[in-house]
Amino acid sequence: MNELLNVSAGPHVRSKYSTDKIMGLVLLSLMPAAGYGIYHFGVNAAILIVVSVLTCVLTELIYELVMKQDITISDLSAAVTGLLLALNMPPTAAWWLPVIGGVFAIVFVKMLFGGLGQNFMNPALAGRCFLVICFAARMTDFNYDGMTSATPLMMIRTGSSVNVRDMVFGNIAGTVGETSVIAIVAGACIMLAFGIIDLKVPASYIITFVIFMGLFAGRGWDVNYLTAQLAGGGLMLGAFFMATDYATCPITDRGKIFYGICLGLMTGIFRCFSSSAEGVSFAIVFCNLLVPLIEKLTLPKCFGKGGEV
Amino acid sequence: MSKVIERLYNGIIKENPTLVLMLGMCPTLAVTTSAINGVGMGLTTTVVLIMSNLLISMLRKVIPDSVRIPAFIVIIASFVTIVQLLLQAYIPSLYDALGIYIPLIVVNCIILGRAEAYASKNKVIPSVFDGIGMGLGFTLGLTLIGLVREILGAGSAFGFKFIPEDFPTLTIFILAPGAFFVLAILTALMNKVKASAGKNGGAVAQCDESMCAGCSMKGCMGRSVK
Repeated sequence: MNELLNVSAGPHVRSKYSTDKIMGLVLLSLMPAAGYGIYHFGVNAAILIVVSVLTCVLTELIYELVMKQDITISDLSAAVTGLLLALNMPPTAAWWLPVIGGVFAIVFVKMLFGGLGQNFMNPALAGRCFLVICFAARMTDFNYDGMTSATPLMMIRTGSSVNVRDMVFGNIAGTVGETSVIAIVAGACIMLAFGIIDLKVPASYIITFVIFMGLFAGRGWDVNYLTAQLAGGGLMLGAFFMATDYATCPITDRGKIFYGICLGLMTGIFRCFSSSAEGVSFAIVFCNLLVPLIEKLTLPKCFGKGGEV
Repeated sequence: MSKVIERLYNGIIKENPTLVLMLGMCPTLAVTTSAINGVGMGLTTTVVLIMSNLLISMLRKVIPDSVRIPAFIVIIASFVTIVQLLLQAYIPSLYDALGIYIPLIVVNCIILGRAEAYASKNKVIPSVFDGIGMGLGFTLGLTLIGLVREILGAGSAFGFKFIPEDFPTLTIFILAPGAFFVLAILTALMNKVKASAGKNGGAVAQCDESMCAGCSMKGCMGRSVK
């Protein structure tokens, strides 16, 4: 009887996932990519990952202590930011690069705007873009097998051929976490299975991107070229793990698809027409800024207020 | 005398044009890539501000109300032209560094704002000191922004490099985004200082209602006075 009379304020229906569970699952899903990065690139990749995660968590802790706020590091979002930032670093980067990027990501992009859920762009990618602008040479110095080598994207840009099988398995130069498509897709499957993300953003992103490259890249519908574009850079990691970040992608279903299309177009424009071979991180950061507008455009109408019957 | 000091304090701290009033953002963001540029731009604007405040205050009973804005602009533009030619003749390096932003002083909101809000309504001496205070406040804001950007972005202060040549610096701070970062952080610090000052005795307690147009709390309509 007591339970029947116990009236509480809404919401009455709660998700079984709390923030820390979701973030824990994201961390788990990133493990294949991170593990493959360490296996593929060696000790320095592991150092980068540890330094980056520690920096982000400690920065959040110190910021909250200084500003006398509640300590929120146990929701693991700072750890996810740190791991994603590390996965976006070149494997030979110096240890202090993720420190600077992590502090910028947490303090300037996340905490100053109010913490988790209030960040206006993906903190990890904002940190990466900050580093790319500050240290362009260091952030695009991909050293693999003891020699400086171009990423597959740079190679196909100059017209040389690449081995698509190597790209799918990840036996190529690139950032710590972006090389192996298999590891990334395995992680994405974990997130899909638990319902953490759905396919709207990644699918519309990838499909738009393929169509754009087919039309405008000047190579026609060459399967080898398109696969290389898909698997050779940060597109897979970005589409599944960073474009789908809850705080910086639209809430509405139509908005998510529209957002994915914007991402595909921007990435295609950056890769085809800009001076650099890669454009995923700038495309995602740019489209993050469009999210409030997209949400406004795609807000469902109330029943009876002009919406469809 | 107290009026004079009050004007200086008002311009430099209480209604600092850069960090409180948010006026003249275009030169603030564009030229502050180094501390020297900040000082140069600030002092150039200060000279124009003092001269225009002086002349507009002298002519305040002559200028008809309906055409006051064109009249102010003509006066300001004359002084800007004089200053621009002087800079070109005697400090060509600064003239080159500031470039298009020297002629753009004509449309700087601070100068027109002070003419409209203060000089056209007040006596000559307080108007001149209002110009000095506002100009120094602008110079202070620009120099601080320029100094922080130069230290972080180029590893030097006032052109003096204090780190080894090949040491990495945060280049983004001498690019456009860095200006926004530094301006935002300095404004936040200024607000923090002003907020704590407000608690201990009221920063807005001393204001006269004629000043509302140029006040950072525009819209209080004098309620803060009571």
